[in-house]
Amino acid sequence: MTGTWLIPFLPLASAVLLLLSAGRMPRQFAALLGAGSVGLAALCVGLLARDFLADGEVREITLWTWMAVGEFTPRIAFYIDGLTVVMMSVITGVGFLIHLYSIEFMWEDESICRYFAYMNLFVGAMLLLVMADNLLLLYLGWEGVGVCSYLLVGFWYREPANGRAARKAFVVTRVGDTAMALGLFLLFTQLGTLDIQPLLAAADLQWQVGDSLPVLATALLLGGAVGKSAQLPLHTWLPDAMAGPTPVSALIHAATMVTAGVYLIARTYGLFLLAPPTLEVVAWIGLFTLLLAAFAALAQHDIKRILAYSTISQIGYMFLALGVSSFSSAIFHLVTHAFFKALLFLAAGAVIHCLHHEHNIFRMGGLRTRLPVVFWSFLIGSAALAALPFTSGFFSKDAILVSAWETPGIGPWLWAGGLLGALLTDLYSFRLVFVVFFGEAHTEPDRQPGWKMAFPLVLLCALSLLGGLIVLPLAGVFPAAGEHPESHTIEYLTVGIPLLGLALAYLLFLGRQLSIDSLAESSAGRGLRAFWLNGWRIDELYDALWVRPYTSLAQWWRNEPVDLLYNAIVSLSQRAHHRLAALQTGELRWYATTMVFGLVLLIAIMLRNAR
Amino acid sequence: MSGLQVPMEQVLALAGLLFSCGLLGLMLRRNIIFMLMSLEVMLNAAALAFVAAGAKWGQADGQIIFLLILTIAAAEVAVGLGLVLQIQRRFKTLDMDQARRLRG
Repeated sequence: MTGTWLIPFLPLASAVLLLLSAGRMPRQFAALLGAGSVGLAALCVGLLARDFLADGEVREITLWTWMAVGEFTPRIAFYIDGLTVVMMSVITGVGFLIHLYSIEFMWEDESICRYFAYMNLFVGAMLLLVMADNLLLLYLGWEGVGVCSYLLVGFWYREPANGRAARKAFVVTRVGDTAMALGLFLLFTQLGTLDIQPLLAAADLQWQVGDSLPVLATALLLGGAVGKSAQLPLHTWLPDAMAGPTPVSALIHAATMVTAGVYLIARTYGLFLLAPPTLEVVAWIGLFTLLLAAFAALAQHDIKRILAYSTISQIGYMFLALGVSSFSSAIFHLVTHAFFKALLFLAAGAVIHCLHHEHNIFRMGGLRTRLPVVFWSFLIGSAALAALPFTSGFFSKDAILVSAWETPGIGPWLWAGGLLGALLTDLYSFRLVFVVFFGEAHTEPDRQPGWKMAFPLVLLCALSLLGGLIVLPLAGVFPAAGEHPESHTIEYLTVGIPLLGLALAYLLFLGRQLSIDSLAESSAGRGLRAFWLNGWRIDELYDALWVRPYTSLAQWWRNEPVDLLYNAIVSLSQRAHHRLAALQTGELRWYATTMVFGLVLLIAIMLRNAR
Repeated sequence: MSGLQVPMEQVLALAGLLFSCGLLGLMLRRNIIFMLMSLEVMLNAAALAFVAAGAKWGQADGQIIFLLILTIAAAEVAVGLGLVLQIQRRFKTLDMDQARRLRG
């Protein structure tokens, strides 16, 4: 297809138009432009994907040379292979559905124009990120989505807490991005290019498996991925990022941007294969993050924070898959996760929209009959999230767990951890469903979602249910996985655990046959719940470790200690001036008298010296 | 006629006496006119000493300096009287203790 450049161009151009209108565009037109441009881009991606699936040919499209500085000539160029096509389809497809949903969700907001401008800018930047042929262009998209995340988390900027959350999201990811920039510098100085495919080839030639340079370079890249994908230790920004509008959380903080780290590692997998220690770290990061976030999700009571922690946890699964070199199952989980997590967020948004912006799940309840479309969406989304058999999440999570099991050495540990995580996932996702949609009602919905909200939900429901059947065109991208000599025990366990989790959740939260109230209300249980509610108190730890020392240093520095010396000189001379100025009385006779006495004194001294 | 008719010591004593009178007047009087007059007395005391010294050693320098002092005194009085007029106009008094606006 010749018009590939149109795909990122359409959303970007629409973003520029919307920004230039400075909010004076009629909302109908803004919505049409905002959603329409992404819809057109999705159409272009569809055509491109059809062509690609027909011939399976990798396309390289160079638009122009970005800049030329000596040997360094990055181009504005796109590299379209199976991975790119998958990512583009997710971004524009899910993105379009979320834009459509946003029209209704944001209709009454006065800044709908600004909203669509940022959203389109985000889609454009994200497309640049995944289509980029070189790491510099990828970095441009990477930072672009970071800025859009900042702008959209702080979208309702009149609330100071939202601004704080936006700054936190920006600064924490910036920590990772700095590491990533250093990684890019290192790669360029060592390999002399940033074009991804030549870079991977050069790395293969120059470096041996286990050399220290690839370990260092991949560790730095991993820093960027960890920051963007909200993994340990840089995951703290994502729960707070829920301050943004819910469709934003669905698009940016669930379906697309936070998976950019997974994409980065998958895209440069050749480097990571040269650095087994880094890969192992990736796997452990994924495992710890998925467990930690799942425990934290169990204790939350804000509907969006539960989903945020669950996103962190699911991306942990993707990292786990990357860490055991099962790249295609990571991307598979990325895709299915984009479907069911976008569905869950949009359904949660519909609940919030229909319940006067209520976020606390314990003030909801009984919505099963009152919001049927939302209920079924949520149920299907949760089933996929919990990997119940034959939903999309089941296939992708199963693939991850199986490849973890087959990894020699650490494999069984990772597998067991992942299985425990799956059980926890079931518990928190069905806790959410049972508390919000069953039981007695605490708040009555004052409206029903319209078709612009319902249509994306229904479509995403279908994708969440059937997404597991999609065969991703990743065959030529990643090294072929070996045959699965699966043992049946493993198979039964991965099927059985979600069902066990569902049963447990039912007994705990709906049927109440099992009661943990006495346990939860004991002092230890209460402490643990508060501990998990605050996300393992990692925020407080970082506050004590970094934020407070830094702010106090800044406070101290604000008084400019270096200037103390100069200020002392100034004040000294000022004080001396005041003392001496007292001598100037303005009385003529006093002057004359002092002159006489001075003269007498001088003469006396001269006479004494002359003697 | 040349040479000094009176003893040098007496002339110098007279000059010193006159100078001290002028100096005391300058320091003690508050009226600006009297202060100016005291200045004149001091100038003339110095001039007397010059003249006496010139006569004693038969040098013309003493007379020349005297003439110079005379001119300086005239110039000083011209400026001084201008100041006196201004002070009278601005402060409505000639008391120098009242005119102390230049106090630091």
